[in-house]
Amino acid sequence: MKTSTFVRYELIRSVRNRRFLVFTVGFPLVLYFLIATPNRDEHDLGGSGISAPLYFMVGLAALGTMNAVVGGGARITLERVGGWTRQLRLTPLGARVYLGTKVAAAYLSAAFTIVALYAAGISLGVSMSAARWLEMTSLLLVGLLPFAALGIMLGHLIGPEALGPTIGGMSALLGFLGGVWFPLGDGVMHDIAQALPSFWLVQASHVSLGGEGWSATGWLVIGAWTVALSVLAAYAYRRDTARA
Amino acid sequence: MTESTVVELDSLEKSFRTSTGVVAAVRGVDLSIRAGEIVALLGPNGAGKSTTIDLLLGLTQPDAGTVRLLGRPPHEATAAGAVGVMLQTGSLLRDLSVRELVTMMAALYPAPLGVQEVLQLVGIEPIADRRTQKLSGGETQRVRFALALVSNPPLLVLDEPTVALDVESRHAFWVTMREFAARGTTVLFATHMLEEADAQADRAVLIAEGRVVADAPTNEIKAMAGRRTIRATLPGVPLTGLVLPGVAGADRRGDTVILRCTDADLALRALLDAFPEARGIELEGAGLEQAFLELTRAAA
Repeated sequence: MKTSTFVRYELIRSVRNRRFLVFTVGFPLVLYFLIATPNRDEHDLGGSGISAPLYFMVGLAALGTMNAVVGGGARITLERVGGWTRQLRLTPLGARVYLGTKVAAAYLSAAFTIVALYAAGISLGVSMSAARWLEMTSLLLVGLLPFAALGIMLGHLIGPEALGPTIGGMSALLGFLGGVWFPLGDGVMHDIAQALPSFWLVQASHVSLGGEGWSATGWLVIGAWTVALSVLAAYAYRRDTARA
Repeated sequence: MTESTVVELDSLEKSFRTSTGVVAAVRGVDLSIRAGEIVALLGPNGAGKSTTIDLLLGLTQPDAGTVRLLGRPPHEATAAGAVGVMLQTGSLLRDLSVRELVTMMAALYPAPLGVQEVLQLVGIEPIADRRTQKLSGGETQRVRFALALVSNPPLLVLDEPTVALDVESRHAFWVTMREFAARGTTVLFATHMLEEADAQADRAVLIAEGRVVADAPTNEIKAMAGRRTIRATLPGVPLTGLVLPGVAGADRRGDTVILRCTDADLALRALLDAFPEARGIELEGAGLEQAFLELTRAAA
């Protein structure tokens, strides 16, 4: 058994789905230019101390990768309804490799979003040391873990007809509460936002301030959501494959 | 169980809860298939064929009874890559070419056939570079067949494999299946077509209302199901008087007698010779449905 071949074709598939790529890469890119270009000379956005091109670059990378990762996992529902998952269950493919491959494919499409938005950010004057870029990217990738689990959970729970509305609505809400569009300032909204993983994705832009990108709360929130959603995703997977 | 038993179903039972109550889909199925046999699971729609196959493959857990495939529980046999399966419905993974999909699935098995070999065997080489979402129904079905064969499995399970095919592709499908089976593969396929079971299988297992009602070589099954029936209005003749040449059995419903025939032509002549007063004579071909009904009644 050559698992690598299986994984490779799953990755190829995820890149070939043009509509999905355009949506997850093109959409945040267009939004970025629309919102960041007029504010390109704003160096202290909403008192955050972060420049507008950087803040929105990370914000929209967060939104785009969130959609990519949740959507990638949730597309399991299409394979499930088509009967493909049943076919896979009759092969030696184990659950671990199957789910791991789905996560890898979702991360691959997220990588396209990140690269596209970094390029856009640089074109609007974002500049940092290589170490900071690296640190920020690492934080984004770690921050996406709970969303990968969320995508797999949704893929095994919801039907294809509910896929669009669920992901669209959720990403709009999480994006807003995450502070994708503007820093949330202080107050109740900020307190609520801090408990959500999307907030910490956007906070990865704080690396530009020289301090740490995430506070201890950030690591705790991301860790807790990752564990909780992974448990739920594993439950949804098992429940789904035991049925039929 | 002997060494060469590939499929062993023992007293399988399965019920489903539906909005109208509990439906017993499988009510005690026993089945044993030896290595190298080609067996048809034959029955009308709704007889319990697909449920039996789901149970056999471990896709559904039985309420009672046991399944052994190659001496192991079904999930172990499938996890070892020993069972090639073509389920009744199923889409293909999109955004890959046919060749890529077959390659991808071949990679999951310990000792697969060569990809090129399978493409040729199933006759899908001409469409090998086409994306799976651009295939016709018949082409999709052939690719699904290729995916069932690619692991080079000792056991092949096919659930109504030709349902979506036209006559020509159906023929091509069975030619390929037999070619593959000639390697010594054990094959179990479900069908609701008697002719298909007769032409392709060594043995047919008739299933009706969740029970096995007959399990015999296909020529015997065909003889049973192929019987014709004579009905005639013939008052006052005792059934014992109706033991005529070509008649296997007789029944009476009021003034009407019903003769189940092994040779209807012979029986009809004998009937008219013996009872010229017989009126309203009807000759009926016993279709598969009727054969099922009779066999089901006999089994109950």
